This record gives sequence, structure tokens and C-alpha cells, in this order.
Amino acid sequence: MKVKFGVVVFPGSNCDHDAYYSLKKVLGYDVNFLWHKDTDLQNSDVIILPGGFSYGDYLRTGAIARFSPVMNSVISFAVQGGYVIGICNGFQILLEAGLLPGVMLKNKALQFVCKDVYLTVENKDTVFTKGMSLEKKLIIPVAHGDGNYFANEETLKNLIENKQIVFKYSSKNGERKESDNPNGSVMNIAGIINKEGNVLGMMPHPERSCNPVLGKMDGALIFNSLVNNIFN
Amino acid sequence: MYKAKVLIKRRPSILDPQGKAVEKGAQHLGLKNISQTRIDKYIEFLVDSDEEKAAQEEVRLYCSKLLANPIMEDFEFELEKV
Repeated sequence: MKVKFGVVVFPGSNCDHDAYYSLKKVLGYDVNFLWHKDTDLQNSDVIILPGGFSYGDYLRTGAIARFSPVMNSVISFAVQGGYVIGICNGFQILLEAGLLPGVMLKNKALQFVCKDVYLTVENKDTVFTKGMSLEKKLIIPVAHGDGNYFANEETLKNLIENKQIVFKYSSKNGERKESDNPNGSVMNIAGIINKEGNVLGMMPHPERSCNPVLGKMDGALIFNSLVNNIFN
Repeated sequence: MYKAKVLIKRRPSILDPQGKAVEKGAQHLGLKNISQTRIDKYIEFLVDSDEEKAAQEEVRLYCSKLLANPIMEDFEFELEKV
């Protein structure tokens, strides 16, 4: 079976083509763009909510995109167990849509951060990380101004208990100190999944770490893990 | 017709890095007595309704579903007949 990815295009998305290119041209999957005004997900097996600045980041990041017609279909798809990956602005949209818990605040230092970061894999039993070594630190770039993940104590407790924290910002050696945290995110959280395990939100951009020409391939591990674990 | 005036404030427990940064500007300006600067949102719009209660309901829905994120923000509003 050839897995079909659907990349949603909101007004202001700017990593939609990166995701399309990496998934189709580099990794060889089927990919369709899904326009935000459409409601048909075109039989996609996996939905990608890409990075960017949907609706200009007005009001709060992701707040307006969450009410796009396509999001009703994405929410139904996710509730029925469909696989959804929200990257950066896509993660913010998932939070606003209530598909993942918590909120995203402005980076603690108020600066837009654009650099490669190291990530620890906190849970290797998810469909997005199965097969990854806990020893390995992923190198994936971040590029955001609002990546300071915040959740109240009860939510954090649930995230820990249910092993929903998937990635944390770390040093090269896997230490998760404040100095390894690019945005002030609580507990160095870089990516989480929902309790059911089919919706992943992450601030780093795996689609920018998929091409050997660029010297980084760790993002591909996430997409390939999902495909290998679920669809093959 | 009513004019709605909405104030959306982040909960005190939520960090406001923007307020902190602006406060640094106050210090550079030489203002010594300024503290706890918080930057929140004030929003105005019209509600085409003659029923105050119905208008209130619509504003409350707009605030709780879209204008404010109930996880980190509280809102209050007033209606003015125009």
C-alpha cells in the first residue's frame, strides 16, 4: 500500500511546500495539498498541518486557522483515529483546536529562534518514534517566535502519566537543562501526542531534516516510523 | 445595535514576556516606579441585535470560542447601545 499524505494549506502557511517536497520527492510518498476552504481530505492516510503564519498569527497563533472549513474534517478524522502531524504553526493549531492539551506562549526571550536543536526521544513506543534509539539525539531545526509550550500542573501530570511527551529539547549529550531550551517551554517540551497516540504536535521541523543533500535526515525517521509501523 | 467592548487578560500565572521587555524600556526611560507591566487585549465590535440578552450571549460565545483562549485568558465585556 502506498501511503497518501495530505498537506493542509492555510493562508499564510509557508512550510507546506517543504513538507510536500520532502515527503514526495525525497521520501517517495504520495502527497496532496488540501486547501483550507475544502472539506474533502482526499482519502489521505496522514494529515500534515504545516508550519507558517496562518492568518498572519493574528489574535493568537493558530486561533483563526482552527475555524477553517478543512479543520472540521481534520478534527473528525483525528477523533476517528486518523493520523495527524502538526508542525510548528500546525502544532499551535492543534492546541487551539483542542486536539492536544496546553497553549503556546511567546518565546521567553521574545526573539524568533531559527537554528538546529537536539531532541531526546522521550517515548519510543509511539507510532511516530517506534524503532528509534533512546540513546540517539535527533537533530532537527526550529524556527518560531511562539514556541513556549505551557500547560497547567494537572495537564502536565497527565502528560507524564500517559507518556504523551515525545520530544524534549536537549544538549548534544541528552541533558535537558534550561540552557538547552530555545524558547522557555515548560519541562523543555518540544513535542507531544494525544492520549490515543494518533495526533503528534511538535515545534521542530522534521520536513527540513529529510534530505541527505542538506546533511540532516533525522526528520525522515519520524515520517518513516509512522509509515513502517502503521501502513506496511 | 450594540457596541461591544471586550477586555482579554492573561491569567496572572501566565508569563508575559512582552510586558517584561516593555518594562525594560521604562527603566531605560528613567522611570523608577514602574512594575508588573502586563500587555493584554482590548477589542471592539458591533452586534446587530436589539435584544441585549441575545447580544450578550453572542458576545460571550465569540469571546469564549475565539477571542480568548480559556486555558490562559479571562475576558470581560460591556455593551453600549448605539
